[in-house]
Amino acid sequence: MGTQISEKGFNAPIDTLGYYEIPEGVRLEFRLAGPVVRAAAWAIDALIRSLLYLVLSLVLALFGGVGMAILLIGFFLIEWFYPVIFELHNGATPGKRMMGILVIQDNGTPVTPAASVIRNLLRTADFLPFLYATGLITMLINRQFKRLGDLAAGTLVVYRGQDRQRTEIPTDEIEKPPLDLSEDEQLTLLAFSERAEGLTGDRREELADFLSEVTGRSGNKGVEALYSYANWILKGR
Amino acid sequence: MRQEAFEAENRALWEEIDDLIEDLHRPKRNRRSELSDQMRFPEFYRRLCSQYALARSRRFSPALVAYLHGLVLRGHPLLYRRKAGWLWRLLDFLYRGFPRALRRNRGYFYLSLATFLLPALMMGIGCYLQEDLIYTVLDEQSVAEMESAYDPANDHPGRSPERGSETDFTMFGFYILNNIGIGFRTFALGILLGVGTLFLLLFNGVVIGGVAGHLSRLGYQETFWPFVSGHGAFELTAIVICGAAGLLMGKAVLAPGPLGRLETLKRHAQEALQLVMGAALMLLVAAFIEAFWSSSGFSPEVKYLVAAALWLWVILYLVFMGRGQSGSH
Repeated sequence: MGTQISEKGFNAPIDTLGYYEIPEGVRLEFRLAGPVVRAAAWAIDALIRSLLYLVLSLVLALFGGVGMAILLIGFFLIEWFYPVIFELHNGATPGKRMMGILVIQDNGTPVTPAASVIRNLLRTADFLPFLYATGLITMLINRQFKRLGDLAAGTLVVYRGQDRQRTEIPTDEIEKPPLDLSEDEQLTLLAFSERAEGLTGDRREELADFLSEVTGRSGNKGVEALYSYANWILKGR
Repeated sequence: MRQEAFEAENRALWEEIDDLIEDLHRPKRNRRSELSDQMRFPEFYRRLCSQYALARSRRFSPALVAYLHGLVLRGHPLLYRRKAGWLWRLLDFLYRGFPRALRRNRGYFYLSLATFLLPALMMGIGCYLQEDLIYTVLDEQSVAEMESAYDPANDHPGRSPERGSETDFTMFGFYILNNIGIGFRTFALGILLGVGTLFLLLFNGVVIGGVAGHLSRLGYQETFWPFVSGHGAFELTAIVICGAAGLLMGKAVLAPGPLGRLETLKRHAQEALQLVMGAALMLLVAAFIEAFWSSSGFSPEVKYLVAAALWLWVILYLVFMGRGQSGSH
């Protein structure tokens, strides 16, 4: 889950974050899944479905008329209810699960049976005239990547929150910044210091060098200086 | 309070909540936490939310805010999960929910009925009077198949000779796959401004009417009408109900009214879903009747009698069930 702290971020027009304010008075943020990842999930599911068709056909062909009946009912269930069964179980079909996305209600709660059935029956309309063309166009003209089924059911497809390890600032040095920083500037410094371990050393230094006028240092020394400013912001003046 | 102090003070609580959330996501039998701790989750969760809001408004570091938000996000579905007593809800739905939903939307039902029935009657009369008219809607091969299926010389009325050897069970499966699929499509395509639904209703009306007229003209009354009249009570009614559901969706997109398109679409979808699910159950019953009763060897008189009873049952059910009880809309 991405977190945008500055209030400007909340109203930023171009973003793939969805918001919902819960009764506790705080705002949940969801990272919405776009057409590409959803198409990939669909392709995986299509593969699984065809395997299911194949296995069912091979096995049930051995059982005569009743076997045929079960086979045809199986085809019916796979065609219409394959996604519903999985979505009600854990929010995602196997394909969606593999792509790390899931279906939720607009308000962040797990998808309801009614909503799941609506969004999956309406695939028929989204699919038209071929390969979800209607669904794709619909997804591209609304902000939340909803196809027709999602619009009618009030559902969202979002990324599963990843378990993120909290990163620590890599040094204990504390140093007062040489000038007064605004809140936004303080936050930027904190964000840099907490995420710097994920950047390459060269990139870290490149970013820190933008502030060499403030720190009076360059290269790795500059990076270290920014870390100690961040510690000062966190721990005390 | 500085961030460091804030964290030091609350870290133990967050870790406890983290573990509790992790545990509550497990199935009931695998949970390790005490019931008394589980009962405290709502309280924990509200404290967590207020601390998240605090961390945010005090501009604490992004990583801390993200950590708290992650907890809030994972806890939310636990507190606001809906519980389902699905069997009870199904019975309640059949007892009153479905017929009430249909009566609430009877305008759509009548429009759907007209779109299906009028073309069917016109085409039926036309095909009864004129031999070649059937070929305007069906190709020669389909007509030949359909004629042989209801040929009085055929042992298995209602099935083409190739299908005649298949068992009733097989046909039961086939009717489910085919007919409920048609019902679902009739509903789903309604979201395309209602056009898809109207087209399917019209098309099915014309074909079914045409076939009925054509076969009556050929003198196959003895095989055709006893076969279709029984399950038709459920099947045709259900298709028209699916049509009504599709038209509800189309109306929401075309002329949403004061609530706006999106909100109306959501509301109409909930309403339409009830109609579609009820109709799907009716189609299931129809498939059963068609596979095991319609194809049986009872005399036409018995079949007409049963058909009359089935039609009466469907109509009485849809018109009168669920009226006048408390909680009615």
